[in-house]
Amino acid sequence: MMGTAQPWLPVDARAIEVEGLSFRYHTMEGQGRLWTLDHLSFQVDVGEVLGIVGPNGSGKSSLLKVLSGLLSIGEGDVRLGGLSLGKRSQTDIARLLAVVPQEYAQVFPFTVAETVLMGRFPHRTARWWSMGIGDETANDLACAHQAMVDTDVLSLADRLVSDLSGGERQRVMIARALAQEPKVLLLDEPTAFLDINHQIEICSLVSRLKTERGLTVVLVSHDLNVASQYCDRVLMLKDGGLCCIGSPEETIRPDVLRMVYGCDVVVDAHPQTGRPRVTMPMGFARK
Amino acid sequence: MADLISHWAQAGAVLTVHRWMAVMGGLLLACLAVLVLCLQFGATSVDMRTVATALMHLLRADQESSATLGTSEIIMVQIRFPRVLMGFFVGASLAAVGVTLQALLRNPLADPYVLGVSSGSALGVSMAILFGIGSTFMLLPVLPLCGFAGGLLALLFIYRLAQSKGRLPVHSLLLAGVILNAILTAFIMFITSIMEPNRSAGLMAWLMGSLTAPGYPALGIFLMYVVGVLAFLMHKAQLLNVLTLGEETARSLGVNTEGTKKQLFVLTALLTGAIVAVSGMIGFVGMVVPHAVRLLIGSDHRLLLPASALVGGMFLAVADTIARTIMAPAEIPVGIVTALAGGPFFLYLLLWRKERML
Repeated sequence: MMGTAQPWLPVDARAIEVEGLSFRYHTMEGQGRLWTLDHLSFQVDVGEVLGIVGPNGSGKSSLLKVLSGLLSIGEGDVRLGGLSLGKRSQTDIARLLAVVPQEYAQVFPFTVAETVLMGRFPHRTARWWSMGIGDETANDLACAHQAMVDTDVLSLADRLVSDLSGGERQRVMIARALAQEPKVLLLDEPTAFLDINHQIEICSLVSRLKTERGLTVVLVSHDLNVASQYCDRVLMLKDGGLCCIGSPEETIRPDVLRMVYGCDVVVDAHPQTGRPRVTMPMGFARK
Repeated sequence: MADLISHWAQAGAVLTVHRWMAVMGGLLLACLAVLVLCLQFGATSVDMRTVATALMHLLRADQESSATLGTSEIIMVQIRFPRVLMGFFVGASLAAVGVTLQALLRNPLADPYVLGVSSGSALGVSMAILFGIGSTFMLLPVLPLCGFAGGLLALLFIYRLAQSKGRLPVHSLLLAGVILNAILTAFIMFITSIMEPNRSAGLMAWLMGSLTAPGYPALGIFLMYVVGVLAFLMHKAQLLNVLTLGEETARSLGVNTEGTKKQLFVLTALLTGAIVAVSGMIGFVGMVVPHAVRLLIGSDHRLLLPASALVGGMFLAVADTIARTIMAPAEIPVGIVTALAGGPFFLYLLLWRKERML
């Protein structure tokens, strides 16, 4: 990885720049419906982990889909590596940015290696006469191999994805995204539905990828503690608007959380990292 | 590093050119063997020598020597050979359509017959026959086009249902297919009921799924058409792989999903229309064959699609041989044979394997 720093973005550009972004779903047009995302402006620096948090329905997943180019922008601009998403082709975006969806249900018996290799699709050089057979180059295999090593799924290479546990499947999906050789990795609720051991596994994997590969990571989480412990900065959404953005200490505070979530929580310092830690207060029933 | 990679790349975890060649080569040989076997059996069974003589005659394609042929050789050349070939390519197309629909709808139980796509095509063809547009098979281009239109409408209807809330559970999709089938069948029954009895009898026999021996010009047109569409589908195999990851993931990998889906809809409807026009409604080949092949060789569509086509061809050629011989000299519609073989398998998948499969 070292020494192959490609000039994927101009010197003065951030990894992602969002300016005055508004978005709403087509089905809601003409009904006087509010914007799903309302005039958001923020930047994501190269090599940082940004956590997007907020209550259910605050637009977290929509924002992630707009950033990945899956939903088209209503107003404003999103620049990836200094260039607007609208000016990049889908393949172009796929070579810079990879998405790990929240859940992955594969109904067909694909092996782990086959699934990871699908991540090479945007880099594939189409040769129409071969009909896709033997399209994988040595470089494709090497990238898939490295992705499986980094996510520790190499030993599962010939297993079927449908036979894996939730944590293993999530790592395979991250491996599939890494095989794209992205500069930016977007994760949608990477720890949802996972047991605590797998949550730790996935979170430390994300931190490791950031340091080892210099990846820029944007992750959506409903778990405030995941955002606090593993993200460099936290972006808090409320009703589609940007409530605040900054270090976990600046954003995960009792007064902010009361305003955003409408309830009181206990925030103290994590015994190991000193970062904010959110816990539920005693129930009202016992007061 | 290279050694490590070759470890998992060669261990059957991914599709290699070598494995593709080996599987396809083996299947092609098996196809040849099965086709020759199918040629031997019929209302009158013949020996290998007669089959060989007839095939040699066909290869040399000299019409003058026809006089020297015996009765059984003439049966071979005029009737049995075109019919077996027709059966093979109808079966291959059905299996290929099944594989494509399954990947497109992300549903391993999808099948043109079960989902009502065949019924849509059949209704299109029935209406063409009712209005007297080409009541013979010699007007091949017209009937498949009507079948294509009907099949495409049915397919779009089913797809809209499947997409209504992002993803429809497997069983709801099948239920929608059952209902669409019932409605379309009612229309077809209405058409047969207002026809003169002798014409409607022929229509009913065709609807049950039956192969006939076409003349060589018609067979040639059919083969060119089917092989062309199959080659197109084969070209999309890698996209089918990525589509099974889910629509959003496919798009995030740079696939133009809307355009790809449109192309695949048209291609599958084109194939279904042609198959239904020549052979009526033959069920379950599109579901049973891909499922069995997938269990044996995995899900990579670059191999699954052509392998399923070859196995589907063999399956229908054998099923048709059974249909021709079991009550010889009478024939039963081949659709009955495939339904009797495929229906129980479908039930088994639906009832006992659902956890594993869905």
